Parts: sequence; C-alpha cells; structure tokens
Amino acid sequence: MALIEVKNLQKDYVNDDVITEVLRDVSFKVEEGEFVAIMGPSGSGKSTLMHILSFLDRSTGGIYKFEGKDTKDFNDDYLAKLRNERVGFVFQSFNLLARTSVLDNVRLPLIYSKKKDYDKLAEKALDSVGLSHRLDYFTNQISGGEKQRVAIARALVNNPAVIFADEPTGNLDSKSGNTVMFILQKLNDQGHTIILVTHETDTANHAKRIVRIKDGSIISDEKVAKRTIATADKDLIK
Amino acid sequence: MDFLGTIKLVFRTLLARKGRSFLTILGIVIGVAGVIIIIALGAGAQSLILGQVTKLGSNILSVQPGKSNEKGPPSEVFGITVTTLVNSDADSLRSKSQVSHALAVCSMVRGSASATWQNKNIDTNFMGVESSYSNVVDFTMRQGNFFNQQEQQGNANVAVLGSTVASELFDSTGVDPIGQVIKVKSSSQKEAGGIPLRVIGVITSRGSSFFQDNDDQIFIPLTIGQEQLLGIHYLQSINIKLDSADNASQTIADITRVLKQNHHIQKDADVDFTIYNVADAISILSTITNALRLFLTAMAAISLVVGGIGILNIMLATVAERTREIGLRKAVGATNVAIMRQFLLEAGTLTFLGGVFGIIIGIIISYLITLLMHYLGYDWAFVVSFSSIFLAVGVSILTGVIFGLYPALKASKLNPIEALRYE
Repeated sequence: MALIEVKNLQKDYVNDDVITEVLRDVSFKVEEGEFVAIMGPSGSGKSTLMHILSFLDRSTGGIYKFEGKDTKDFNDDYLAKLRNERVGFVFQSFNLLARTSVLDNVRLPLIYSKKKDYDKLAEKALDSVGLSHRLDYFTNQISGGEKQRVAIARALVNNPAVIFADEPTGNLDSKSGNTVMFILQKLNDQGHTIILVTHETDTANHAKRIVRIKDGSIISDEKVAKRTIATADKDLIK
Repeated sequence: MDFLGTIKLVFRTLLARKGRSFLTILGIVIGVAGVIIIIALGAGAQSLILGQVTKLGSNILSVQPGKSNEKGPPSEVFGITVTTLVNSDADSLRSKSQVSHALAVCSMVRGSASATWQNKNIDTNFMGVESSYSNVVDFTMRQGNFFNQQEQQGNANVAVLGSTVASELFDSTGVDPIGQVIKVKSSSQKEAGGIPLRVIGVITSRGSSFFQDNDDQIFIPLTIGQEQLLGIHYLQSINIKLDSADNASQTIADITRVLKQNHHIQKDADVDFTIYNVADAISILSTITNALRLFLTAMAAISLVVGGIGILNIMLATVAERTREIGLRKAVGATNVAIMRQFLLEAGTLTFLGGVFGIIIGIIISYLITLLMHYLGYDWAFVVSFSSIFLAVGVSILTGVIFGLYPALKASKLNPIEALRYE
C-alpha cells in the first residue's frame, strides 16, 4: 500500500466566472520512506499540489488516497486530525507565531493533540534540529536559518507519517539552506517520508526522486542519479 | 485539547499581545464605568431634587398673591407687586367651618437683611412668620424655643436663628446666643441702626428645601417683618398644612371660595391668588427627573457604543494577523471548535477583566462624586443599581465576544492555506 496515491487529480480556481485550471490529470504514488522533490517553475501548480497532499487545501476532482483511504469523504475535523498527527508542514516563510518563544512554537501542534508531555517532546524535536540552546528565545530574536529549523522541529514534533517542505530554503542564505537540507536528509535516513517542493535543481538533487511538473501536469518522474549529500557543522547535529 | 490547556494558551496569547489586550480592556472599562457613573449621577440628582421637595412634606398648600398665568411667568418677574393677600385672609382660612381640613395656617413675608451683633455684621435672610410656623413645617430646636402666639401677636422683639446665622454671629466668641440682642435691618432700608431683637431660640440645621437654605434665616414675628422691616401691609404667602394629602382638592376648593368671597371676586378668571400644591410639585418634578434619568441612560448607551467601537477597532485592526494565525493553527491540526473555544475564551477573559475593572472604577468614581456633593452641602444619594451593572457588563461582553469571535468565524470558513495567505 502506497503512503500517498493520487489519480487524475484536478484543481480549478473559479474567480469572477473565470475558471483557472491549476492541476490537471495528476497521477503518482509516494511510498513510505521516500524523499521526493516536486519541481517546476513558479505557477506550475507544484505548491497547490503539495497543499492538497498535506490537507491544507482540497482538490476539485480526481482521487487522493492517503494511507490507502480515499480522502474525498473526510470531514473538516478528521482533516484537522490528519494535519495534526499524520503530516508535518514546513513553509517557505516559516509561519512562526510572533512574540512567542521557540519552545511554545514547537509545542503548538501538541496542544491540539491528545498527547501529554508537551515540553519533553518539543525539547526532543528541537534537539534533533540542533536548537536546544534556543528554547526560551522569542522567534524574532533568532536568524532565518534558525527559524526554519524551528519550523522543521514543529513539523516533526508529532512524529508524522510524512513531512512536507514548501521551498524550505527559498528565504535562506546558502549556508543556512544547506543546514536545512542536511536536517531533512537526516530525518529521511531515520525513516521519515519527505516531500519537498522547489524550483531549484540544486535543492531538488538532495532528494532521491524528482517529479517535474509544468502547467499543472507531470512531465517527468525519475530517480536522482547523482544525489547531493548535504554536510553541516559537526557540532550542529548529533 | 483540554480546558486547562486552552486557558494556559489563552493567557500566553494575551500576554504576548499586551498592548492590544490593554486597549481592549480599556474600551470595556470606559464603557462599563461610564454607564455606572452616568446612571448613578441620574439617580443621585433625582434623589437630590425630590428630597428638596419632599422635605417640606407632601400635605402642604401654599397660597400666593397674583393670578397664575399659564402662558407666561408670574407677575413678580415684571416688578409688579400684588398686594391683595392680607392678614385677614389668613384669619378667614383659619376658620374651621370654612376650611375644614386645614390643621395649621401660617402667613409669611420674607426678605434679605443684615444682622449685627456687637461689631459683627452679616448678610442673611429673614422670615416674618406666625407662631403656627412650627405646626406647618417640621423642625427641631437646638436651643431655646420658637416664639409663641402671645409673643407673635404682642409684637415682641424676639428672633429665632437658623443654625448658620447663629454660628456666624456667635461661634467665634463662644457666647451663648440665647438672650443676646441683635440688630436686624432690611436690605432695602437706607438708614443706619435696625430693629433690636432678643434671640430666644436656635433651630437645628436642616439643610435646604426648594433650593433655599433654611439655616441661613432669621425667624421673626410676622408683623415685625411686615411693618418694621418691609413696611408693607400685605402677605407674601399663606401656607396651609392639611390633615391628609387626600383632602388637597377639597381644601383648594374651600380656600378658593373663601378668598373669592373676601376679595369680592365673581368670576374664576378674575382671581388674584394662586394655590400651589406640594404634592403636585412632587409629581411634576418626578416626571422631570424621570426624563432626566432616561436622558442620562441614553448617554450611558452612547458611552457603551463608544467603548464597543473601541473594541471593534482593535479587533478589526488585527483581523488579518489573526486570520493568518488561525490558518497556521489549523495547518498544525487545530479544529474549528478548538479555534472557536480559544477565541471565545480570549474575548471572554478580556471582557471579564474589563467588566470587573469597569465596575470597580465606576463605583469608586460614583462614590467620590457623592463625597464631593456632600462636601458641597447637597443631600446626594450614592446609588449604584444592579441593573446598570448588568446592562453595562452584558453589552460589553456581547460586543467583546462578537468582535473577538469575528476573525475566528471568518477563518473557520476558509481552507487553512487561504487563511494563511489572508491579506
């Protein structure tokens, strides 16, 4: 059973009676433990695809099976539960809560779950992205690279089945971006399924497989021949 | 998410936005305190005004010279003195067979005067009254006695002082006023001197009624006031105490009949006197003060709206930010119910705190106003009604909760990604 399976996925936006077709006839599968990069130019529909896959948005046609179940009939509360427990999301623009501590940001998914031990789990997640020394900092007191690592820790904290990353290096300098890719690769090595959206070939080459998308359709789907392995400061990640 | 967790979350959120939380609370505090103060002011003013009148007692009729003219002010305003009400009229009214429900009748003249004792000279007022004054108006003597019928009819040179007059003339020297001789001169008299009067009593302080200070008065026998101070032979009013307020209309008819006969008047249109009923005055004043309260309540409502608009402004200014925050919360797994619960508790906490502070501040300020009014000598009641508190807190909580929930309601209709991108 594939973790994610989409068939003939369709997404249209209707604006003032003008229908814009964003995704058309998209079909592919993602197995557990994969590291997939969805690549394409801006406006190709790659972000929309990721939002649908991560339950932030709904498709307008086609079939999306998550862990073998058709998502068509899932209600809002069940989708919230899936977002909370089964998927993690890393945004290009971080989307951290302002005027709130790093620890509180990472705890955020936990307070909407049934789990106890918020602090322990949040600290563990922050430790795995090398931010144990920043727990009580406010999110406006840390660097962009650190913000994205906080966001990864937040995506990770509920131990989801799949982590989605939408241009996670897009707002970062190359060194911070490299650290982020290093962390994502390490998480994948530890068994987390990762789906990455990017328009940069260099970033996409960190994945194991690249799905290219253009004008709302998949144009290629192949394994990465020469995979880039990110390295990072030794003291950063244990 | 459990309830305790929600509360912790709400407090973290509120503390992270101290400025906004403070302004929201302030809006509610102003609204609630405003309503409590304004309504307390209305109730205090009503008690003050009605107290002035009811102090006289509701079963008193007052006959005054001159025809009442509903279309304009009384004739005295134009400097016309009506001299038709005279001492014999009062004597006729005293006749039991003519006016059966009159318990006591007291004729009066009044004026401003200067009083001198040794080298002390003060400006005050005098009232020339009959000894029956003590039967018409309620008061108690602090010292000595009011003059009796014999002293009044014999034109004894005696005076009874109001407490203010007594203390202004005698307090600094410590001399007992009783038995002292003061000289009283009407302000209209040019020549020096004045009439020597022996003080025989001092009346206990009783505040003001009909906005006239009863303590700043010298009471003297009627004819001394009439002839020696004012130089007149008519009366300025005749006050009649009734056995019961129920008999007011009967008595008004009796008085009218007697005076028309005395003044040889045939037609009602020609009467040269007016009868005022204190009970009527009370009911008219009640109508006026009720209108005043209604007006003040309307002002209180405006103050609530202003406070509500303050809250609305602050809430609307942050809708975009809050909608994005809701988008994020939904993206990490918050259900609509959890978001609603959080925002409801948030708004509830703010409005509750604002309501509590508003009530406390409103009561404190109302009390300070009461103290100030007492200091100024007004008989002001401290009234904080539960209805005003319920009204104020109810409306504030309603506005706070509605506007606090607005972004949550808006965002609950959006996909998380739409909420996250909200501009």
